[in-house]
Amino acid sequence: MIALFLRDLKLSIRAGGGAMIGVLFFMTVVAVIPFGVGPDLNLLARIGPAILWIGALLASLLGLDRLFQAEREDGSLDLMLMQETPLLVTVFVKCAAHWAATGLPLVIAAPLLGLFMNMDELAIGATMLTLLVGTPAITFIGAVGAAVAVSLPRGGLLVSILVLPLAIPVLIFGVSAVYAAIEDPAPFLPPLMILMAITLFFAVIGPVAAAAALRHASD
Amino acid sequence: MRLLAEGLSARRGEDLIFNDISFALGAGEALVVTGPNGSGKSTLLRVLAGLLMAEKGSLKLENGPPEMRHPSELSHYLGHRNAMKRELTVAENLSFWKNFMGDSPGGSGRDLVEAVEAVGLPGIAHLPFGYLSAGQQRRMAMAKLLVAYRPIWILDEPTAALDAGADKLFAGLVNAHLDQGGIVVAATHQPLGLDRIQELRMTGFAGVDGGLWHDA
Repeated sequence: MIALFLRDLKLSIRAGGGAMIGVLFFMTVVAVIPFGVGPDLNLLARIGPAILWIGALLASLLGLDRLFQAEREDGSLDLMLMQETPLLVTVFVKCAAHWAATGLPLVIAAPLLGLFMNMDELAIGATMLTLLVGTPAITFIGAVGAAVAVSLPRGGLLVSILVLPLAIPVLIFGVSAVYAAIEDPAPFLPPLMILMAITLFFAVIGPVAAAAALRHASD
Repeated sequence: MRLLAEGLSARRGEDLIFNDISFALGAGEALVVTGPNGSGKSTLLRVLAGLLMAEKGSLKLENGPPEMRHPSELSHYLGHRNAMKRELTVAENLSFWKNFMGDSPGGSGRDLVEAVEAVGLPGIAHLPFGYLSAGQQRRMAMAKLLVAYRPIWILDEPTAALDAGADKLFAGLVNAHLDQGGIVVAATHQPLGLDRIQELRMTGFAGVDGGLWHDA
């Protein structure tokens, strides 16, 4: 299983891998916002956390469709389906590797982009923390969409559309936790806990559902 | 160990591809599946590999390990696609599959260098898989059969894109596997040249009974 994790990491940083695509997209989205909104620093600071979260959400949806499709195209998926190792463990490890390659860089890039949005240290820290907690959930939800659309030749947009409604709660609680950290009266912990709960919930449900979808997609 | 198939039939979508196929393979025996294109050879092999559900019939392994759920867990499947990543080197690909698949009880896989030598391509394991020619890629996909031990080999047109020398080499690999008590099911026109080979001729539904088998 460690071999699978390392292989997927390697693949994502080699040519054609999606590791940098997500970060670049994230940077593009966030970097154009100040130009569109104008140089109102207070406004930017206020909408900053939400923009970072929306950018991170869209960026992590970007590479998801290739999660299983690439394996299917070269026949690797067949071999993974045949093994004694339960398929859901394989799916879980693939999700973990996908998150480490595409989700983690978003978390690391967030502070830099926070500066673009005139956010203070507290807001940047809170955004990083919520992204760290919340983005794995997007990957696990996305794995289900990727598994459902695995045999469709242009399933990319379909995966995003399937996944987005389920990812909305992650966005809501992620952003509300950040605002709770900045604005005094609202408590920070409850939305963060709910965000953690969502991540843990989908870490269990996602691989099971994706494994079931992959079994039935084989032809 | 004995692989038993009884009354297998499979459909793809609405169409029945084959009907009532039965065979029994003991240790050291091979089944060669022949037949015209579209007669259901690949479908049969995918059913054996557990990748397609059989419509009817059963597939059993006698004297297999008790905790096994499906014979596919003890099988190698070499399909039309090589299951190797173009971006990774051959050595990375092979060592991944070696670690990921592990060995079935009763044997152990060969190490990488040995396996690459066995398919006749020593010294190019450091190249990315995508750099190799189609024939070399196919040979390296065969090396995958050697790095992790599986008693059952399910091979779908294994010698496509191979030259005559590689055909011979492949026959050698299969025979070595049979000598060790393995089981081979292959869709191939390649003569393996041994008497322990059964032949299954798929006729498709143009034929009367969809498939008959006899000892070659």
